[in-house]
Amino acid sequence: MISILALPLADHVELAWGIVLFWIGLGFAALFLQRRPRLLGLVFPLGALGALFMAGVGGAGLLLPGSAVVLPIGLPELHFHLRLDALSAYFLLLLGGAGFGVTVYASGYFKAMASGPLALLALWYHLFLAGMATVLLADDAYAFMVAWEVMALSSYFLVTTDHKIPEIRQAGFLYLLIAHVGAVALLLCFGVLQGGEVGRTSAYTFATMRQAEMPPLWASVAFLLALFGFGAKAGLVPMHVWLPEAHPAAPSPVSALMSGVMLKTAIYGLLRVTFDLLNVQLAWWGTLALALGLLTALYGVIFAAVQSDMKRLLAWSSIENIGILLAAFGLTLIFYTDGKGALAALTLTALLYHALNHALFKGLLFVGTGSVLHATGERRMGRLGGLIRFMPWTAWLTLIGALAIAGLPPLNGFVSEWLLLQAFLLTPGLTQPYLNMVIPVAAATVALAAALAAYVMVKFYGVVFLGQPREAALRDAHEAGGRERLGMLWLAAGCVLLGLFPAQVIEILAPVVRLLTNQTLVNDGNWLFLAPVDAQRASYAPLIFLAVVLATLLLVFIWVRRVYHGRVRRSDPWDCGYPEQDPRMQDTAEGFGQPIRQIFGAFMRVERETPDPFDRHPRYRGDSRDKLWVLLYQPIADLTAWLSAQAGRLQHGRIQWYLIYSFATLIFLLVFVTR
Amino acid sequence: MSTGIFLQIAQTLAAILLAPLLMGWVNQCRAWLQGRSAPPLTQPYRTLRKLFHKDAVIAHDTSPLFRFAPYMIFACMALAAGLVPTLANDLPFSPAADVIALVGVFALARVFLALAAMDIGTSFGTLGARREMLISFLAEPALLMVFFTASLISQSTELPVIVETLAHREFAIFPSLAFAAVAFWMVSVAENARIPVDNPTTHLELTMIHEAMILEYSARHLALIEWAVALKLFTYSTLGIALFLPWGIAPRGDLSALPLAVLALVVKMAVGGAALSLLEAVSAKVRLFRAPEFLGTAFLLGVLGMLIHFLLEV
Repeated sequence: MISILALPLADHVELAWGIVLFWIGLGFAALFLQRRPRLLGLVFPLGALGALFMAGVGGAGLLLPGSAVVLPIGLPELHFHLRLDALSAYFLLLLGGAGFGVTVYASGYFKAMASGPLALLALWYHLFLAGMATVLLADDAYAFMVAWEVMALSSYFLVTTDHKIPEIRQAGFLYLLIAHVGAVALLLCFGVLQGGEVGRTSAYTFATMRQAEMPPLWASVAFLLALFGFGAKAGLVPMHVWLPEAHPAAPSPVSALMSGVMLKTAIYGLLRVTFDLLNVQLAWWGTLALALGLLTALYGVIFAAVQSDMKRLLAWSSIENIGILLAAFGLTLIFYTDGKGALAALTLTALLYHALNHALFKGLLFVGTGSVLHATGERRMGRLGGLIRFMPWTAWLTLIGALAIAGLPPLNGFVSEWLLLQAFLLTPGLTQPYLNMVIPVAAATVALAAALAAYVMVKFYGVVFLGQPREAALRDAHEAGGRERLGMLWLAAGCVLLGLFPAQVIEILAPVVRLLTNQTLVNDGNWLFLAPVDAQRASYAPLIFLAVVLATLLLVFIWVRRVYHGRVRRSDPWDCGYPEQDPRMQDTAEGFGQPIRQIFGAFMRVERETPDPFDRHPRYRGDSRDKLWVLLYQPIADLTAWLSAQAGRLQHGRIQWYLIYSFATLIFLLVFVTR
Repeated sequence: MSTGIFLQIAQTLAAILLAPLLMGWVNQCRAWLQGRSAPPLTQPYRTLRKLFHKDAVIAHDTSPLFRFAPYMIFACMALAAGLVPTLANDLPFSPAADVIALVGVFALARVFLALAAMDIGTSFGTLGARREMLISFLAEPALLMVFFTASLISQSTELPVIVETLAHREFAIFPSLAFAAVAFWMVSVAENARIPVDNPTTHLELTMIHEAMILEYSARHLALIEWAVALKLFTYSTLGIALFLPWGIAPRGDLSALPLAVLALVVKMAVGGAALSLLEAVSAKVRLFRAPEFLGTAFLLGVLGMLIHFLLEV
């Protein structure tokens, strides 16, 4: 079996690198194919094929021992080191699996685009894929940072695809800024990890870092830098501000890829640095990550509930999911440092499972909004509605994603949340008593975030797809094309299968968990039952669950039809005594979020604009903004502006002054050197 | 094994068939307490029969989701009823889902109901859906906290194990369970759309939650939903019994204990139903935005229960 998976010609790490090169080649080929629309149309399907192969390589990499290769590119003393171990393989599987669905979708979505912009888009898109894959493969700091930058820059250009709109340029700038603040932190982190060996660039390989003996203080510095740097990419509060701006700006498949896969590369990096590169792990890191994660989850979901732009809503929901992932990460660290290997394995499994789940359902939801956007040209939920009648494929497939992300059984979102909650319940017995007290509160927060996620999804789905169309033009909305449907179908199938076969998924995750925690999660059940730790403790069998629901459904349906009748009369909905009913009277997205605004008003800055009673053309506007923007970012921006203004005083535009500056600097340096 | 499966099916069917009876009993008690002449105990069955015989009236432009939802909700509730140990413990179906999954089943039914309510696009439907989701996002974590307290005591999230542990413990008082019990009562009241959170008998637009969602349903669809509502009340009652008064439930494979289990269940249900109607009769419905406070209290009580478990009982 394994010998078939590993092709005789090449090692799997080389295969993965081959696919990366294929993507890069494909991207640049697109540039030269601008005049050949037919060939240009093949670029995305080929890219999707590459993603499928990448998923295959990832899957094989989980079964095979790790392998490494050194490429003859890079710095003179530091060539590109690539390595494919189980952790990389798993995230490559995630990249390939979600990437395939999204790219198939993209091949249909971008069909109508003019060939010039399309070629450019195809270039950035495939460079983005290649960048992400190289991040996962990199085995030295230099390759990692180069790939990280390729990923950041290509996604920046993808976000600003519609660069003629000023808001989109602004969103892109914000993204670029935070991405680079994060990148600087990562650079410093690798500097610390390298362990102070000055002068030898070869010390920047991950292999050297693994061996470096690190005092706890410096290890903590490295961890905090990594948390900051990767957190900026992942959208950790308070570095989350770019997400709700960049996701609505980007074309939908790009949002899907960024939210579904790129955020996970940050999680990958965090796992890599903390569990692989660092030799010591401290318990308080876990507590910090847990607290930050829970804050992020709650913050994200509360803001998701008050959004009225469907892509912005999904972006906030991504923040929530990143929060849950980070909380799981923190809990893993707590267990790991406490010597509870089996529990660390359980939590890590939940984390990895949720990462894949989120890639699939968030990808699905984002491409679903893409189809809506294509069909209606509208992102504001207040102008949508009733689309299930005109776009049944999109609507029903999106429903699967919405139910999955709301954490409902028997879909995949439920499994990972279930595993995480099980981990919380296993905490008694931690050696540090204060943790025993904190954990119940943490479990309560996770439960609250999960329940709010259901609120958000009912709002999202109900306002966009159900009800009456709020605008007359929506009646002409057209269904998504064949390839778009195929992409959505792939992602939806992933959500269903990952939900129905958790025992198998855990088997697949086992090598990664073993690599990081030296433990495996033992499934005490069989192929049908998921029973982590012990069948007496907890078990869950989604297939039986589904079978019983379906059987009951069918029996009741047949029984009602047989014993009674199936007669139906159509009529107008009940008008409550008000004869004039119109679709605009339906609850709006703002209306649906109102209770949340009322309860969690302290978190947000609500701006309301209500017109004068005598206003002939009244405009109502309500906006709930992130308070952190005002409290944190505005002062930083103001300070930067002030400092620049102060520095600006030096500039007079007269050459004499500049010469004096040079002269003074020279004198100063001479004094400094000769001393 | 075959007796187990037989028992499982029998118990689920019994729950489905007896659920309207509990509803009838609660209504009867309430009528007495309010000084009205009470409807007969079998009134809910008559209503269901009437509804099943009628022609369904469905609004123009509904999507298939609207007609699918009642079946889905009924199936979810039947599944939930099958999971909770009512008469016999440790039935073959119970390992398929633990308490967290049970909360998931309730959530699944609720989301389908809310989505169906939004499908027609009348203002009442969305209003009801919004209010229902508001209640539930606080009630659901509170319910989880109650379950967590019980599972921390019994070291398991499997209902049979919880029942086994709690029923056969030496008589020790768990203060955490007291908190959990109060929280559970508050959650059940909210989840079953009873006073003080919702009023099942009113159709006043300012106050209604559950009724606003099902306003557009009629005939067989309405019947299925009403039945599911009765089943939900029944399941919550059995859950409360299983968690806090588990004595009398027949242990695994012990058929001789069944008659006693039936008797115990009937007595507990009769007392519980009367208590519910009494509490409803003496309390007033709270304003909608007081409901989050009510449920927030339940949530905090649940968390307190867990904390107290860690403080006093570990």
